Amino acid sequence: MAAYIIANGAAAYDHEVTIFHTFWGLNALRKDEPIQADKTFIEKMFGKIMPRGANKMGLSKMNFAGFGPKMIKDVMKKHNAMPLPDLIELAKEQDVKLVACQMTVDLLGLRQEEIMEGVEFAGVAAYLADAEDGNVNLFI
Amino acid sequence: MNVAKVLDAKGLACPMPIVKTKKAITDLQSGDVLEIHTTDKGAVKDLAAWADSTGNELLKHEEENGVFKFWMKKA
Repeated sequence: MAAYIIANGAAAYDHEVTIFHTFWGLNALRKDEPIQADKTFIEKMFGKIMPRGANKMGLSKMNFAGFGPKMIKDVMKKHNAMPLPDLIELAKEQDVKLVACQMTVDLLGLRQEEIMEGVEFAGVAAYLADAEDGNVNLFI
Repeated sequence: MNVAKVLDAKGLACPMPIVKTKKAITDLQSGDVLEIHTTDKGAVKDLAAWADSTGNELLKHEEENGVFKFWMKKA
């Protein structure tokens, strides 16, 4: 959420913006619907345990048996904050480059067909190459 | 002041006022003035910083019944 707000702000500054997603951040890039893929048992388990898509991601550790995310979404609506799925769409519209870390994609057993369109797959060198040219570099 | 376009960003939260301003000003000609209305308090500092960094000129801003109005001249 914070990453996407900063990314959209930076894109409005005409900065070139890249978001490099690793580990749990990858879940923001997953498609909502279940995708059939040939996976090992552990990979299937990871697929089930992790939130499928930005809308299902919790915003904080205050889960309270499911009430937490609902409360936060209500508060966000009240304050007109944009929900994460909308922020991701906006980022794409503003040509923010979305990159998925291939190593952690493999590690969590995710498949390319489970990740939304327009996302690039790359490694740490590609991230560092982009970061080298950047004036602002954040790790969230 | 000759206002070329009025942007209504009332009710929108960060980062939307900046994103909308950027979009609106892209369509304008150099020297045109964009009038921006927002209810986001953060926008006061945000638009000033954005203007500083992008070279556009923030001519003035005022507050009226909780609505912040800005006049931005495109560089």
